[in-house]
Formats: sequence, C-alpha cells, structure tokens
Amino acid sequence: MSKTQTRYSEVFMNGIWKQNPIFKQVLGTCPTLAVTVSVINGFAMGVATAFVLLFSSMIISLIKKLIPNQVRIAAYIVVIATFVTIVDIVMKAQFPDLSKALGPFIPLIIVNCIILGRAEAFASKNTVGRSILDALGMGAGFTLALLVIGGIREVLGSSKFLGTVILPATVEPMLIFILPAGAFLTLGILFGTANHFEEKKKAKEIQRAIDNQMGAKNVNVTAAETTETAEKEKEA
Amino acid sequence: MELFIIFLSAAIVNNFVLSYFLGICPFIGVSNKLTSAFSMGLATTFVLVLTAVVTWLINHLILMPAGLDYLQYVAFILVIASLVQFVEMFIKKTSQPLYRALGIYLPLITTNCAILGLALFMVLRDYSMMESIFFGLGAGVGFTLALTIMAGIREELELADVPKPFQGVPITLITAGILAMAFMGFSGLI
Repeated sequence: MSKTQTRYSEVFMNGIWKQNPIFKQVLGTCPTLAVTVSVINGFAMGVATAFVLLFSSMIISLIKKLIPNQVRIAAYIVVIATFVTIVDIVMKAQFPDLSKALGPFIPLIIVNCIILGRAEAFASKNTVGRSILDALGMGAGFTLALLVIGGIREVLGSSKFLGTVILPATVEPMLIFILPAGAFLTLGILFGTANHFEEKKKAKEIQRAIDNQMGAKNVNVTAAETTETAEKEKEA
Repeated sequence: MELFIIFLSAAIVNNFVLSYFLGICPFIGVSNKLTSAFSMGLATTFVLVLTAVVTWLINHLILMPAGLDYLQYVAFILVIASLVQFVEMFIKKTSQPLYRALGIYLPLITTNCAILGLALFMVLRDYSMMESIFFGLGAGVGFTLALTIMAGIREELELADVPKPFQGVPITLITAGILAMAFMGFSGLI
C-alpha cells in the first residue's frame, strides 16, 4: 500500500523538478518565451495550459483503447483543440484583458509540445488516475517555471512585481528584459544555472556513494557535511 | 506596396522566430547543421504558403458563412496535419531527390507553432487572400533566415570553449537572444 502511494506521489513530483517540462525536457518553449513579460501573464498561461493538459490527459487515457493506432495523433490533437477552444472562450468572457494580452498564444496551446508529448508518452500508456496526477505535476512544473521567468523579467524589465513598483526610482528599468531578446537571455541563463546545480548535486551523490563504500568513520563525517550543504543550497 | 510591407514585416522586422517566438522547437532542435537547417526552412516555407491559402479558403468559404467561428482551431489544426501528410505523399511520388532532402523534416512541421500561428494571425488581422499569401511567404523567409543564421553560428560555436553547464540548449538560447537584439535594429524600417 505504502509502495503504491510513494509511486503516485513520485508521478506527481516528477513534473515539478525531475522532469520539469521546461528545464529538463525543453518542451513548450514558445509560450514560455512569449508571454512571460509579467508574472500575471505567465501565471494565466500556466494555468490555462495545465487545465488543457489535465482534461486532455484524462480523456485520452479514458479512450486510449478506442483509438486506432494509425490516427492516434490526429485524435489527440482534436481532443486538445476542443479543450483549448473552451479555455479561449471562457477567458474571452471572464478575463478580457488577459485574453487580449495573451492574444494568439492561447490557441497556440494546441501545438504546445508538452500536451501532445504527455499524451503520447504517458496518458496513452497509463491508467486514468496516474495520467491525472502526471498532468497535474507537469502543469504545476510548467506554471512554476513560467512564474519564475515572468518574475525575473517583470522586476528587471519594468521595476514592478505583480503590477506594483518595488524597485526605487533610481534603478533604471532594463527595458531589454521585457523585449524578445531578454526572454531568450533570461531562459538561457536560468537553464545554465539549473544545469550547474544539477551537476553539483550529481557529483556530490557520487562522492557520497564512494564515501559510503569506504565505510570509514571520518569519511562519514564529511558525507554528513555534504548533505548539510546540499540542504542549505536547496533552501537558498 | 502594401503587400511588400507585409512580406518585409513578417520576414525581418517582426521575425516569426526572434520576435513572435513561433517555431522555437525546430529552431533549437534542427539548427545544428547549415544544410539541414536550410532544407527545414524551405520545407516550412512551402507548407506555410500552402497553409495560408487553404486556411483562408476554409475560413472564408466554410466557417464564416456557416457561423462556425468557434470551430476555427479544430478545423485549422486538422487541415494543417492533413496538408502536411498530403505534401509528403505528393513529393514522394513526384520528386525523389526533393523527398530525400525534405522527407524527414515534413512530419515535424505539423507541430511547428509557426504554421498554426500564421493561420491565427491571418484571422486576427483580417488579411485578404493575396495578403495572406505574402504573409506566409514572408514568415517562411524569416524562419529560414533565422534558422540558417543560427545554424551558421552554432557550427562555429562547436569550436568555442563554452562552460559545461551552458553547453547545448542554454548557449543556443543566449545566442538567440543576441540575435534577437541584432534584429531589433530593423524595427525602424517600417
């Protein structure tokens, strides 16, 4: 029982960091770069994508046995496009300002590789419950990444956070960060930093494995130290 | 003149890749080699122009008269997917050398956001048939341009000493950022 539970939570947590759609799988970069001018835009895009991902994963894993193998991609796309249409219509009615700001990038969720990728790689092979968890995890991971990028770009590019000015007037806003070029630079630098920490973590794990094998007392002390610093890094 | 401005705007000033972020996936994935980047660009341009014609016809002759505007996204994506399939079959039958040059890239084009993006922008801006064709052509030329420049830079980058965590995707993104900055210089053109 506990075994299945850990596996379920693993399915969910995978999307948030281990297989984060943006930083690990490099999926869905188009909307990531285009709409992250501000935190609120990034958040709206993330939630819209997560919604489509959740429902299309659910439907696809429900009807996976009914779809002939040759036309599966076309069938997936029709399911996805239907949910995107729903999101688009709802957003136009309820949040007209956001809908205008995101423009054609809401319908472009249809060709967001994350959704088709998860449908093909996960929902078409797993049970409904697991597919829902996977979609929730991936959606949360995507939204988090968009929030981080949107936050950095909004603070640096317009000195604001969630629309309120937070930097003193003496700090000139760096316009480049809300322009397209800034999007590429921000994502590139974040990506490299994520890689850097991942590599450090891996090196430490290998070091720890070696230390454990040696089994000496003094080595254990350093191993404990490395875990401590790793935890500190995580907090930071 | 207006047509030329639409073309120039889509190709250079508002480059699809560098300022609308459409078609980033192949931009990062296929820009390793100059020759394959150019072939990908050509195949995409071809599909872009075809899509412009077909989606315009479908939108103006079927969806709008019937009041089925809400079916636009579903209809467009299905049209694009089947169009790409047809183009692949047609090229395979008629020209073997062209098929060998473009073949592997064609199926990838379906999920290229640039294609659906083109159809959506066409509807949003209410372009006429001719305008749509020039818009598609401009978008294709712009995509090819960005992809080829990027591939050229990346071939040189292979020899550069990039810090390990930045190898691969990160350095490509940063290069794209600098390229986008360079393209900003064109913004006063129109």
